[in-house]
Amino acid sequence: MRPPFRPLKSSRRSLLAGLGAAAAGLSFSGLQGCAERAAIGANGEALKLNLYNWDTYTGKTTLADFKAATGIDVKMSLFATNDELFAKLKAGNPGFDVIVPSNEYVTRFRIANLLQPLDLAKIPNRANLLPAFRDPPFDRGRRYSMPYTWLVLGIGYRKSKVDGVPDSWKWVMDSPRYSDRIAVFSEADDMIELGAKYLGHSVRNIALPVIDQVAEMWIRQKKHIKIFHHDEGQDLLLSGEVDIVMEYNGDIAQVMTEDPDLDFVVPREGSIINSDSLCIPRGAPRPDNAHKFINFLLDGKVGAGVYDTIKYPTPNAAALALMPADYRDNRVIFPPAEAMAKCEYADFEGLDRAHLFDETVTRIFAA
Amino acid sequence: MDESWRKAKAAFAALGVPPVFWLMAFFLIPLGVIWGYSFGENKSLTEIAVNGTFSNYAHAIKPLYLGIIFKSFVFAAITTALCLVVGFPVAIAITFASEKTKAWLLLLIMLPFWTNLLIRTYALMAVLRTEGYINFTLALLWHGVSHVTALAGHPLPPFHPLALLHNNFAVIFGLVYVQLPFMVLPLYAALDRLDRSLLEASLDLGAGHVTTFARVVVPLAMPGIVSGVLVTLIPSVGAYLTPDLLGGPSSQMIANVIERQFKTANDWPFGAALSFLLMYMTFLAIAVQAIVSRGRRAREG
Repeated sequence: MRPPFRPLKSSRRSLLAGLGAAAAGLSFSGLQGCAERAAIGANGEALKLNLYNWDTYTGKTTLADFKAATGIDVKMSLFATNDELFAKLKAGNPGFDVIVPSNEYVTRFRIANLLQPLDLAKIPNRANLLPAFRDPPFDRGRRYSMPYTWLVLGIGYRKSKVDGVPDSWKWVMDSPRYSDRIAVFSEADDMIELGAKYLGHSVRNIALPVIDQVAEMWIRQKKHIKIFHHDEGQDLLLSGEVDIVMEYNGDIAQVMTEDPDLDFVVPREGSIINSDSLCIPRGAPRPDNAHKFINFLLDGKVGAGVYDTIKYPTPNAAALALMPADYRDNRVIFPPAEAMAKCEYADFEGLDRAHLFDETVTRIFAA
Repeated sequence: MDESWRKAKAAFAALGVPPVFWLMAFFLIPLGVIWGYSFGENKSLTEIAVNGTFSNYAHAIKPLYLGIIFKSFVFAAITTALCLVVGFPVAIAITFASEKTKAWLLLLIMLPFWTNLLIRTYALMAVLRTEGYINFTLALLWHGVSHVTALAGHPLPPFHPLALLHNNFAVIFGLVYVQLPFMVLPLYAALDRLDRSLLEASLDLGAGHVTTFARVVVPLAMPGIVSGVLVTLIPSVGAYLTPDLLGGPSSQMIANVIERQFKTANDWPFGAALSFLLMYMTFLAIAVQAIVSRGRRAREG
């Protein structure tokens, strides 16, 4: 028997998300004030940069290395969800130079006119990007965002407790086989879009009857689901609370290093790819520093330092080449090409859509 | 005389300004803004036009949302009833304890407030989870007993952990745990003021302990019971952290729906309408309660 209590671990989202539930956001007092006193760099900007990032999302020495290379001091604040990030910038940029929204939110920010176009001439390291990430559907020509990591949703599972490889969404959405041992990601978009994917549709522009069909499927399946989680699926799996979870590959890869009985699969129906992206918000006080920082992160060696720590898949060919084989050949971090071929980016399709999805999951949870 | 009164008035005003300012700037005005949003419409991702529309309220009284509000009230009512049943004996015990013990007992009641609600909730999760402290202890006992019965040739079947977390039981348990001090303190305040000689009189005149409790203690403690019920019931209806962290697939309460409107769904006007709908209902309940109790007093007087 494993010990009863496992200390809460912070990973990209889980613990902060919980904390965020209590305090709507982290404070960043004095964010602007310090800038005045800092030394001025050659570009006329103070040697400062305010980064707003996910938790555990930089390498151990990344920020110190940037300071050593450029003299620019990076002050990092953390957010737990894209909503928190959006809410904070919606009322005006409080002084951030670089932010890291996921792809749908790159679209949201752009529609809301909250992003500053990138000056690509200042980001020569973008040549390091893998071809698949140079011209994504959510930002044609990479005018507003540079990819930092990508993630794919799939099924994390405990090998000794399931039959074979549960390589279909069926085992999560549409079957009593793992009754009361299933945890599902409670995000409205993901629940509806992946439901549609399982039923053989695209995750974009889902027809209304399909949304109803997905809702009915979840309502039928609900009695077999133990938990609707908030991106702490890897913890639930590790602590033995459930045996099969809908979760991101990077999160499962992190806990697999602690428990060899865990594994991850991208279901054969396909899934949703996410891409956390570096962007410069409108009104950033130090845009030139921001470009320097983004270019720095896209450097191969710097990137390798980051991905070695956070274990998320990289969109950067130069960084990938420098990574050890156990990262490059890890089929959780880099699922097989045939599985990835069926994955798509989801997109932000307007507020009415967001409201419809929300009401649909409210209905599912209330049923 | 006139002079000193004027001075006192100035001093009174000076003392009164900060709290009034505080109340206006940080409570009434923000609340007014949200109230305004509830009559507004999303113009874009970042703009809300307050145009006097009732469409948000029309949407909020759909059976889906009224059902969730009703369920939240049921959860809150069960929580309040359990708090009352558990809290009353505790309050009586504190009232009748010696002065020194009383201070310690009151400190114990207030001790949980020294820790953040979120931390307490996570601690509760560590206690209740499948491999948590309770199941761990039960498993140890089970194995112990099994060893003994095995000697007699009848080993017990393997231990199955109890499902204590991620269900409606856990939500009610968590709410009772959080709200109990709010019930005990007003009850204690009411019972402590109670004239002990009335209890002695009742017992002397032949009433048993049960009759004395039902016909003397409870009516005299009624103001404490009413305020205890209100301060337990109202926050329980609006609880969102507890159902979110301890709940299971069917533990959604109305505050969880409201939270999503301000976050993922990005529908502040609808979220505002749902919040105010809840507030109108609470006001209505308190008003009805006040009218009923006034009527009762009038009849008795």
